[in-house]
Amino acid sequence: MLQTLSTFLPELFLALSASLLLGFGLSKTQDRSVLVRYISVGVLVVFAFMGYILDRPDGTSFSGLLFNNDFSDFLKAIIGLAAAAALLLSKNYFQKENLDRYEFSVLTLYAVLGMSIMVSANNLLAMYIGIEMQSLALYIMAAFNRDSLRASESGLKYFVLGALSSGLLLYGASLIYGFTGSLDFETIRASIALTGPTTGIIAGMVFLLCGLAFKISAAPFHMWTPDVYEGSPTPVTGFFAAAPKLAAMAIITRLLIVPFGDIIGQWQQVIVVLAVLSMVVGSLGAIMQTNIKRLMAYSSIANMGYALVPLAAGTIAGVQGMLVFMAIYIITVIGVFAIILQMRLRNGMVEKVSDLSGLSKSNPGMAFGLTMLMVSLIGIPPWLGFFGKLFAFVPAVEAGLLWLVVVALVASVISAFYYLRIIKTMWFDEPNREFIRGPRTTRLIAILSIVLVIPVLIMPGISTAALGLAESAAQALFAQ
Amino acid sequence: MLIGLHHYLIVAAILFTIGVFGIFVNRKNVIIILMCVELILLAVNINFVAFSTHMEPVAGADPIAGQIFALFILTVAAAEAAVGLAILVVYFRNRGNIAVENIDLMKG
Repeated sequence: MLQTLSTFLPELFLALSASLLLGFGLSKTQDRSVLVRYISVGVLVVFAFMGYILDRPDGTSFSGLLFNNDFSDFLKAIIGLAAAAALLLSKNYFQKENLDRYEFSVLTLYAVLGMSIMVSANNLLAMYIGIEMQSLALYIMAAFNRDSLRASESGLKYFVLGALSSGLLLYGASLIYGFTGSLDFETIRASIALTGPTTGIIAGMVFLLCGLAFKISAAPFHMWTPDVYEGSPTPVTGFFAAAPKLAAMAIITRLLIVPFGDIIGQWQQVIVVLAVLSMVVGSLGAIMQTNIKRLMAYSSIANMGYALVPLAAGTIAGVQGMLVFMAIYIITVIGVFAIILQMRLRNGMVEKVSDLSGLSKSNPGMAFGLTMLMVSLIGIPPWLGFFGKLFAFVPAVEAGLLWLVVVALVASVISAFYYLRIIKTMWFDEPNREFIRGPRTTRLIAILSIVLVIPVLIMPGISTAALGLAESAAQALFAQ
Repeated sequence: MLIGLHHYLIVAAILFTIGVFGIFVNRKNVIIILMCVELILLAVNINFVAFSTHMEPVAGADPIAGQIFALFILTVAAAEAAVGLAILVVYFRNRGNIAVENIDLMKG
């Protein structure tokens, strides 16, 4: 009982805060949305560091439904910080669009609670509850601008495909349950060691992976991504691009390493197919895009492909590489969305790539920042993005997947085209108009992300510490 | 003829397939898509309960877990239907109809 409490404390804190804030925001006389937003950001930051403040309590809670270890602590920290940054970004946008409701902050908290349950789930039931808790909140957030046809259409599309993916996931879970007799990850592993990979188990695993591939928007399950990214309010898109992707990636990793750790030969080919298709679709699909949010959607598809490359290796170094790559991707993508949110003219937001033309003359600071982030996304040393790809691809080479890494490098070169096109538009095209100066919080988050991408996180002392955290996270997963 | 585990599994598989096909083939109405989603979830429930009642008592086997999972799926499906219908109502207010072929403002 006491152990349950101590390992479940971060989630408990989040759940209580979200429920209390839901009641607190309800006021007849005054609008408390701004206050609730700041409290929620504080709650998320505390939640992010809670695992480390409490000296990383390991162990199971709720009779083995959840298992908290270094792996989940590391992911909760990144998810909490990414959500806090996305929530801060939403403030100005929603105020300008007259949409500022306190429910948005509460929904973010509930979505993060779902992600937190996902990353520490040790049971198919806990995994499903976590995924649904996250998804239901995200469906509403996608359609949050309820007077906009585009937002409600994107919410509807997200809902339909999300519900389909939950169905696939559940069908897989039921097959795994039927053929192994248990929902618990470790018991499933023991049972598979006894019977070997039977047809039922493999079918169930493939269904599970298909359902989860929807959540990370890996091709061929990526159809919803561009539409949802384009239609949702921009801060919501920024949130979608960061935290939920990491949580889904984490649960895929845990599934592959813990219950299916002994049948790597069976799942490796599935992951390789998903990775290759995502990289190809992501890098070719983005070339023709004119809307920058759609472009970032295809870019995220390609990046999920890169993140699956080290996972296919199935080693400690592979999991560490995936974690490092995803963390770096999230830092970069939040910066990019902080800059997209500053693309505001007097009469509203614009989101075409061509609207950026001549930015170096009209808003030099913003052009410089976006250039830094784009160069990091391309992966040119010494920017952080290069190290993300380095850590992602080396384990795959070591595991003998050289051809997969070659495909990934070719995809990186193709995708460099559209990142460079943005840079070219900003620096060499004729300026057409000037953006109004962005709000302070948005600029601060963009600057923070840029500072992390180029000087700070590649400094030797800091980078070793960060890598150490990722490594102990990966080791904890294998020790389980 | 004795009804065994595989009969239940075949029914569930057929229902699941009808549900998945219904989502992709249906071109008329979003409500039908919501019904297909329910069909998928109920197929999964049949699977869980059938596996649970026919489970061999070997070490590590947990026959009750499947039934608990089925109960959880029922509650989550209710929440999901509520959220889905709410989004559908919002969409209908903006668009004026819910025909699937008209959901094409953004092309993916």
